[in-house]
Amino acid sequence: MTSPQTVRLALKLYASLADFLPLEARKNNRLPLELPLGTTVGQVIAQHNLPLKMCHLVLVNGVFIPPQERAGWTLSDDDELAIWPPVAGG
Amino acid sequence: MAWQRKILRVDLTKGTCTAEPLNMDWAQDYLGQRGLATKYFCEEVDPKVDPLAPENKLIYATGPLTGTMASTGARFSVITKGPLTGAIACSNSGGYFGAELRFAGWDMIILEGKSPIPVYLHIENDKARLLPADEIWGKSTWDTEAILKKKHHDPLTRVSSVGRAGESQVMFAAIVNDLHRAAGRSGVGAVMGSKNLKAVAVRGTVGVGNLRDPKGFMQATVAAKKVLADNAVTGQGLPKFGTQVLMNVINEMGALPTRNHRDVKFEDANRIGAEAMHEKRPTDGRANLVTNQACFGCTIACGRISKIDETHFSVVNKPEYWGASGGLEYEAAWALGAATGVGDLEALTYANFLCNEDGIDPISFGATVGAAMELYDLGLIKESDVGFPLLFGSAEVLTKLTEMTVNGVGFGKEIGLGSKRLCAKHGRPELSMSVKGQEFPAYDSRGIQGMGLAYATSNRGACHLRGYTVASEVLGIPVKTDPLVTEGKAGLVKAFQDATAVFDSSGLCVFTSFAWTLADVQPQLQAACEGDWSMEKLELVGERIWNLERQFNNAAGFTHKDDNLPQRLLSEAVKEGPAKGLVNGLDKMLPEYYALRGWSKEGVPTLETTQRLGLSA
Repeated sequence: MTSPQTVRLALKLYASLADFLPLEARKNNRLPLELPLGTTVGQVIAQHNLPLKMCHLVLVNGVFIPPQERAGWTLSDDDELAIWPPVAGG
Repeated sequence: MAWQRKILRVDLTKGTCTAEPLNMDWAQDYLGQRGLATKYFCEEVDPKVDPLAPENKLIYATGPLTGTMASTGARFSVITKGPLTGAIACSNSGGYFGAELRFAGWDMIILEGKSPIPVYLHIENDKARLLPADEIWGKSTWDTEAILKKKHHDPLTRVSSVGRAGESQVMFAAIVNDLHRAAGRSGVGAVMGSKNLKAVAVRGTVGVGNLRDPKGFMQATVAAKKVLADNAVTGQGLPKFGTQVLMNVINEMGALPTRNHRDVKFEDANRIGAEAMHEKRPTDGRANLVTNQACFGCTIACGRISKIDETHFSVVNKPEYWGASGGLEYEAAWALGAATGVGDLEALTYANFLCNEDGIDPISFGATVGAAMELYDLGLIKESDVGFPLLFGSAEVLTKLTEMTVNGVGFGKEIGLGSKRLCAKHGRPELSMSVKGQEFPAYDSRGIQGMGLAYATSNRGACHLRGYTVASEVLGIPVKTDPLVTEGKAGLVKAFQDATAVFDSSGLCVFTSFAWTLADVQPQLQAACEGDWSMEKLELVGERIWNLERQFNNAAGFTHKDDNLPQRLLSEAVKEGPAKGLVNGLDKMLPEYYALRGWSKEGVPTLETTQRLGLSA
C-alpha cells in the first residue's frame, strides 16, 4: 500500500534518455518510483540527473508539461511521467 | 540554371522516346518535381480519366536540387491520377534513382499510353529505349533490379520498378527503387502496371553542374548542412532511432490508432517501436536493427536496415529473408502493427520486407487488414471467406495475408482493393478509415486535432506528409501547440501544406523541415536556380501548387463533401487518455480553412484567389 506520505508513479525514459534508467528498467523503458508526497516533475528530472536540454518532450499521463510548469507540477499516485529528448518522425 | 531543361516523353503505345525542352516559364511558376509535374499533368490529362486507362499519364519528376550537393537532394516524385482515390496522386521517394535520372541529363519522364507488351525503359544518358520485359515480368522488384543490373553489365544502374502487385494492379501498389525506397502511396504502381511498364532503369554520367552560382551554392549548402548537424532531431535523433521513435510518443499521448481506430493506445507499442528495434533478442543475441542508411546526398540518414530473427516462424525455412534489408519506419510499423493489433516486431519486419519486395504501400495494406479484421469481428467476413480466422493481434494472420496480397491469391485479392472498396463490399463503408479512399497514417485525429483537418483536405487523400501538424502539435517544431484544441489549426494546416509543397518541388526531403524552415532552403534554391526565388516567391509557389492540385480534384468530381472524416472520428469519443471524451472538431476548422485559402463555402478557389496565384479559373 502507498503510505499517505508518498506517491507511487512510473518514470518512463525513451530514446537516448533510456541510458539513464537502471539496466533492469530499460527493457520496458519504465521505472516504478515511490516518492514523497508533493514531488514535482522538476524534482524527478533532477534526481535522475537528466540533462535539461534532453528533457524536450515531457508528458504526464500523456499531457505535455511546458518547461516553465515542470518545477511546480506536483505528481500524483499512478501518474506516468514520460520524457523524450528532441525527436521527430513521420 | 539547375534544371537540366530536358524532358523525356515516352509513348508506350507507339514505342517511342522523344526529348523535349522543359517549359522554363512553368519552371519559374512551379519550381520542379511535384509542382512542375502537376502543372504538366493538369495541362495534358483529362481530370475525368480512368486512372487505369491508357489515357492516364505517369510522370517521374525531379527537382532542381535533386542530384546536387544539397543535403537530402535525392528526391523525386511520381505524379498521376491515383486509382485508390481518383484524385491527383504524387508519391515521393528517395534512394539513388532520382539523382541518377538527373545525372543522365533529364528533369522528368512523361509516360503515356499503354505498351502492347510488357516493357521496361532503359536510359543511358541521352539514349532512351523501350525493351521487352520478358525476363522480369512476373518477378519481384528485388529480382528485377538484380536482373537488369546484370543484363546491362552495370551495378550502378538504378532501377525503379513494380513488383507483382503493380502488375496485377493492386489498388495500393507502389513503385520501388533501390530495393527499399518507394513512391508508395495512392496506387501509382497500379498505373505503371496498367501501362505494361515494368521498370525504369537509368544510368547517368553527365552530372548536375549547371548551377547559377556554384560558389554561392556551395556556401549555402554547407551552412544548411551545419543546421541539420547541429539540430538534435536531424543530427542525433533521426539517425539513431529513425522515425520509429514516434511509436511510444504517440501511444503515450493516446493518439495511436489501434485495431482500425477502435482504440487509441496499443498495449504492445513498446514491443514494436524504435527502442525495441535496438534491443538484443533472446534467441540470437542480435538486435532487429542492423544499421541506419542514407539516401543520396543525405546528411541525416534516418533509414532503417534490419535483419529478421532466423528462428522466427515467418522466415524459419526461408533463408532468402535472412539478409539485411529495409527495416520498419514508423508508418509501416504502425499500420502493420497497431492497426492490426499485432505486437510481433519480427513478423512486422517480414511483412515490411514483402511490401518492399513486391511493391505495396504498407500503410494502406496494414490499415486494410485492420478494417478486414473488424469486419470479421462483426461477423461480416466469415472464416470460410478467408480460409482462417481473421483475428486482431495474430502475427500468423498478418504474414499470411501479406503473402496472399502480394501474390494476388485468395482473400489477398480482396485486401488488394483497399479498405474503402472492401468495407463497401461488406456493407459497412463507414469502417474504412480513409479520406478520398486513401487510408490514414499513424495519428488519431481525435487526439491531434489539426491532423483531422490535414487529412480531410489533403489533395491525395488521407496523408501525413501533406501537412504534418504533428511537428507542432506534438513535437514542438517550430513551436508547441495544444493537440487537443481546434483553435489556430486552420492556419497551421495551411502553412504546413504550402511549405511542404515547396520542399516537395525542390528535390529535397521534407524531413529537413524538422531543422530547416523555408528560410534555409531559399538561399540554396536562389544560388542554384535562375530567376527570383525569394521567400515571398516560394510562399506563393507553394500556395499555387496546392490550389492547382485542388482544381484538378474539383474537376475530377470531388467536392467539399469529400473533405471529410469517417464517422468514427466525428462521433465516437475517445475512451481513455488526454483526448478522453473528444471527437475531431472538423466542423469548427474547415470553414476557417476555406476562408484562409480564399475558397468558396463549396471549397472552390474564388476568382480573386486564382487571379492572385496566376491560375486559370
